[in-house]
Amino acid sequence: MCGIAGVIYRNDGGAHAVGRDMTRMLQSMKHRGPDSTGYALYGPPQELVVMRYKLADANDPRDFDFEQRLEHHKGEVETRLRLLGATIHNVERETGYAYRVTFDYGGELKKVADVVEDVPHAEVLSLGHSLEIVKDLGDAEQVARQYHLDDFVGTHAIGHVRMATESDVDISGAHPYWAYPFSDVAVVHNGQLTNYFHWKHRLERSGHRFQSECDSEVIAVYIAQKMSEGSTLEEAMRESLEELDGVFTYICVTDDALGMAKDAMAAKPLVLYEADDIVALASEEIAIRAIVDHEIDTWDPYEGEVMVWKR
Amino acid sequence: MEALAGERMIKYDARGLVEVDDTVPKISEIDGDRAVFDAKDLSTRKINLELRWLLYEQGVKDVTVLNPGAKHSLGVGILTRCKITFDGSLGYFGCGVIDGPEIHVKGRVGWSVCENMMSGVVVIDSNAGSLTGAAMRGGDLVVKGRVGARTGVDQKGGTIIVLGSAGMMTGFMLQRGRMIFCGDVGAGLGDSMYDGTIYVAGKVRSLGIDCVPGEWTDADTELIERKFRVHGLGSPPEFQKFVCGKKLYNYDNLEPSERKLVL
Repeated sequence: MCGIAGVIYRNDGGAHAVGRDMTRMLQSMKHRGPDSTGYALYGPPQELVVMRYKLADANDPRDFDFEQRLEHHKGEVETRLRLLGATIHNVERETGYAYRVTFDYGGELKKVADVVEDVPHAEVLSLGHSLEIVKDLGDAEQVARQYHLDDFVGTHAIGHVRMATESDVDISGAHPYWAYPFSDVAVVHNGQLTNYFHWKHRLERSGHRFQSECDSEVIAVYIAQKMSEGSTLEEAMRESLEELDGVFTYICVTDDALGMAKDAMAAKPLVLYEADDIVALASEEIAIRAIVDHEIDTWDPYEGEVMVWKR
Repeated sequence: MEALAGERMIKYDARGLVEVDDTVPKISEIDGDRAVFDAKDLSTRKINLELRWLLYEQGVKDVTVLNPGAKHSLGVGILTRCKITFDGSLGYFGCGVIDGPEIHVKGRVGWSVCENMMSGVVVIDSNAGSLTGAAMRGGDLVVKGRVGARTGVDQKGGTIIVLGSAGMMTGFMLQRGRMIFCGDVGAGLGDSMYDGTIYVAGKVRSLGIDCVPGEWTDADTELIERKFRVHGLGSPPEFQKFVCGKKLYNYDNLEPSERKLVL
């Protein structure tokens, strides 16, 4: 049992407190997954590339040269970025092990991800011109405080509270997943995939890498792969209903759209609220009510349904 | 007793190992046999304790709960005749295991509403999630919006009336009782049903295993008209009737070991 949530603002202002909204939604669903909390937030699109990466996990043992090693690896990441031709604008150390880097780069982003992840223990959490993924152990309020997410303004966001069933409780196993190597695509998922290895191996053969043992990572890469072959987000999600096995409800986001898909058995819940200015969806209605202060009408999508909203 | 002091202070207990919130808030405005209280800042347990205190100890017969805010498991286990109005939406497992009350929900409900309901009437003004009326044994459940998947799974009695559409596997393993759908229903209607009747006014996407169209009788007309009249639902549309084909009935077959004895 996990909790997923998504919110997208439809009037084109672009500056909504999506970070605060998502924290409220996820905190109200804390009982669905106390292990870890994750956010995929979309800020206003910018020319610079935003990369979030981590060099260690929250529960890695802190041995005596931990700090030194981290500092060395951080320097290594920056050197490699410069060698690729990127001009680094800003580096923020969000926690002891997670960093946010903005840089100017015109080339292929897959190369950036590959080169950075070649540094020991480095994992790129997100890479793109708008997407930022933040995930850590603990509940939504803890993570939001750690990473200062209440100030985050943007257009849409998804989030996840995790009760680990398939893999370890660590940051690598936490959602959302960025669809390596495609920029600005992320997924949160509630459920289990039964043909996970099948798809993982198939996608690995076409050159993708998987950072975790978590089945949900497959969905992100699967969708992005389909989109790179020319499908729209909605088409890719419809195909996933046929090609992915198991029980799942997932939310997928790109830089300008947010979509949901529910498997043929309708075994995992999702509640929808659709208004002219906002669409909010979550595993439980209580999460939607955390950000909408008036009486609302909501409904459950049916089995095999796919819906996509543009911002 | 000193040791208990720390435990009493626990505010959040994800595993439910510690009894928290075990005092009745007693915040209702009671007027004769009617009462109203605001559930906005109360936890699930406090709301249910307040309901029990009103119904069992204060002799109240009509309770209105304001701002239920889609919290889970509200109004469960009420075993007395009374009237409860929820002025808003309920979360999952609302009104489960009830015997007797007349409940009106003015919003929507989440999954598994009225699970194992024994008797009484529950009217929901908006939509309901999946597993609506699961294992229900008696009473009437009226949903004025649409419902999710597996409505009335394992139903053993009572009547479920849905004015909107329904999802897949509706009436899965239905054992007894009636289901009335004014809208369309999803795939696998009445899959593996044992008995009972399903009425559908809209389109049926597909029938489940061993669910077959039934023959319409006067008793069916009488039932539909009575239920629509009692709940004030207007004039009923034209329905199709579905019953169990009884092709999966193997109950009188002997076990292999018994067959040996007979032969």
